[in-house]
Amino acid sequence: MQKKTTLLIASLLACTVFAAGASARDLVIVSNGGTFQEAQSNAIFKPFEKKTGIKVVEDTWDNGIGVIRTKVEGGDSGWDIVNAESEELEIACQEGLILPLDIDKLGGKDNYVSGAVHKCGIGAAIYNHVLAYDKTRVSAVPSWADFFDLKKYPGKRALRASPKTNLEFALIADGVPLADVYKVLSTPEGVDRAFAKLDTIKSSLVFWTAGGQPMQLLASGEVVMTSSFNGRVTNAINKDHKPFGIVWDKSLQTADSWVILKTSPNVDKAYELLKFAGEAEPQSHLPEVQPIGITSAKAMTMVKPELLADLPTAPENAKDVLQIDDAFWIDNIDALTARWAEWSAQ
Amino acid sequence: MLKGQRGGVLRSYALIAPLFLFLLATFLLPVGMILWRSVSDPELRAALPATAAELSSWNGQGLPPAAAYAALATDLKAVDGASLASLSRRLSYENPGFRALLQSTKRKLEAAPAGAAPDLVALDPQWGANKTWQAMKRAAGPVGIYHILSALDLKRDYETGIGPARPGQALYRSIILRTFMIASTTAIIALALAFPLCAFLARQSDRVRNLLLLMVLLPFWTSILVRTTAWLALLQDRGVINTLLMDMGVIDQPMKLLYNRIGVIIALVHVMLPFMIFPLLASMRSIDPRLFRAALSLGATPFYAFRRVYLPQVMPGVMAGTLMVFVVTLGFYVTPMLVGGPGDQMISYYIALYTTGTLNWGLASSLGLILLVVTLSLYAVQNALLRRSGVGVR
Repeated sequence: MQKKTTLLIASLLACTVFAAGASARDLVIVSNGGTFQEAQSNAIFKPFEKKTGIKVVEDTWDNGIGVIRTKVEGGDSGWDIVNAESEELEIACQEGLILPLDIDKLGGKDNYVSGAVHKCGIGAAIYNHVLAYDKTRVSAVPSWADFFDLKKYPGKRALRASPKTNLEFALIADGVPLADVYKVLSTPEGVDRAFAKLDTIKSSLVFWTAGGQPMQLLASGEVVMTSSFNGRVTNAINKDHKPFGIVWDKSLQTADSWVILKTSPNVDKAYELLKFAGEAEPQSHLPEVQPIGITSAKAMTMVKPELLADLPTAPENAKDVLQIDDAFWIDNIDALTARWAEWSAQ
Repeated sequence: MLKGQRGGVLRSYALIAPLFLFLLATFLLPVGMILWRSVSDPELRAALPATAAELSSWNGQGLPPAAAYAALATDLKAVDGASLASLSRRLSYENPGFRALLQSTKRKLEAAPAGAAPDLVALDPQWGANKTWQAMKRAAGPVGIYHILSALDLKRDYETGIGPARPGQALYRSIILRTFMIASTTAIIALALAFPLCAFLARQSDRVRNLLLLMVLLPFWTSILVRTTAWLALLQDRGVINTLLMDMGVIDQPMKLLYNRIGVIIALVHVMLPFMIFPLLASMRSIDPRLFRAALSLGATPFYAFRRVYLPQVMPGVMAGTLMVFVVTLGFYVTPMLVGGPGDQMISYYIALYTTGTLNWGLASSLGLILLVVTLSLYAVQNALLRRSGVGVR
């Protein structure tokens, strides 16, 4: 409901801006709000304004490729740079809604950590789907195999209400090596295998939808383990002092990217901002507000060590992770969502 | 005289014109545009125009004529990346392998030497299969019933007729049924709770009634999200209710009240109760209490008087309240999402999922269309029943 209203208001506003004929307007950058955008604003947008004198106007959105389509369909509607999720990046790039980027104008490929450079986008934030657990009820650091083992650790577990990430976790728990997860999942037998593994703990599963729920479920004692975004767990441990643990091994990694809309009248300024956003110094300040995985290869050594330990991109945490395969999910999301819904309703 | 009357009519039309335009622009037009998506199937025609024309004239049985193969080869070489991406997504609803098939065929066609007529079946054996071409024909558009059939778990096969889309599974039909079950259960429980309360309220003095009504109104003014979240705190395993009952020794194990149907019904009834109380109370207050007493004095038993004198008079209120609760509950999204399990999600959850999550707008609007049609027909049936029994809701 909230999303719908925002969309409506956004499109109404867009209409007015468009009608007013915004020919020479300020550079507008759109991210996800909250502490996430606060971190980006403090580390990147404001220092960039100070350094270059180019005015940066911030806006927020709640994601959805439909929003990008609407924004681009009628010509420039007031957005230049958008913080997009990986699937949105992939689809928008294929559909030509965003500009292909010249990586050399952004400091070159080597400036970034691997996986942060895409044909149409440049890494903005890296985050993981991790296993989080209640230390008071799970004695040793659990693995995904333990997550699926009700005998070893009795009690309920929470997973996201979506096939994405859960089918991967099920296969990992069933002993599939990280490198083969999507190979196995691309076969009908592999999908059956993942669902069969999920069947073994179905009676003890609780499902979450909003990002804040997993920590609430852990804190209330409803579940002993859960999947979660890493930032939520770190904040619960560091800021709320909860007795939770985070497992980086065999977590699933994904990245948000900066993209430039095809209709942007400020392409040069946008490149300038993105080049600055990729530099080591500004990036090293990102984790001060939120444990955002940084994409600059050189910034890693500049982050304070106590902050580094909580980042998905810290070498210690990034040893054994799997990149979520967006191409796989774009092709299979409809069929697997239907199957997931059938499975979970039974 | 007549002329003046006509002027009056025109004036009244002019007066409602802004309202009419507002309704048209903010309601009818958007609803119409969304519903149009349930039958519109433009992707294949946009990406492969010549192939679409060939497929329209093919009967869907066996393999298409050679002209269709030639058209596909020409179209695939000419198509741009954006249109091909849209088409791949449309065809992936049928078979996730279509993206790879189209991309690889395009690549091989472009690499092949010009001049010679390309043999598509040699490039990929899938082009020699009837089901590949059937899927293409179903998407040939510009309008089609593919999405509507999908929303009913059906699929059209040009060789065997319309049949189940996934044998043994009826996802959307079961979701639609579930949605109506949850909505009617909520309406019935809300009625059962509201009826005695309203009967009580109707007999109180204005002061007492207003005070008690305030207790109904206060939660009504509170955001649904807040009220739903409060139920989370109350119903969870270590929540207020379970802790209290366990401390009192009534139960040993926490009752499962959350992430299942019970939790959804409890929260929905709480959210919807005011919608039942207001119409019911209004109709009960308009009843002359002397009628009931007159029936008793004429020798009717209290039950008889209740059934024959009281109930018919409150029936319009009961009907209005029940219908209101039922219809509003049909579209509920946030409450089942937060307090329900995956088996308790209602149709709006899937509409939202397909609209913003997977971008399958055809399926989303088809589900919306089905919900709209079924709701309107239920409404019509109820109106007809009421008219026959002589207590229409006017």
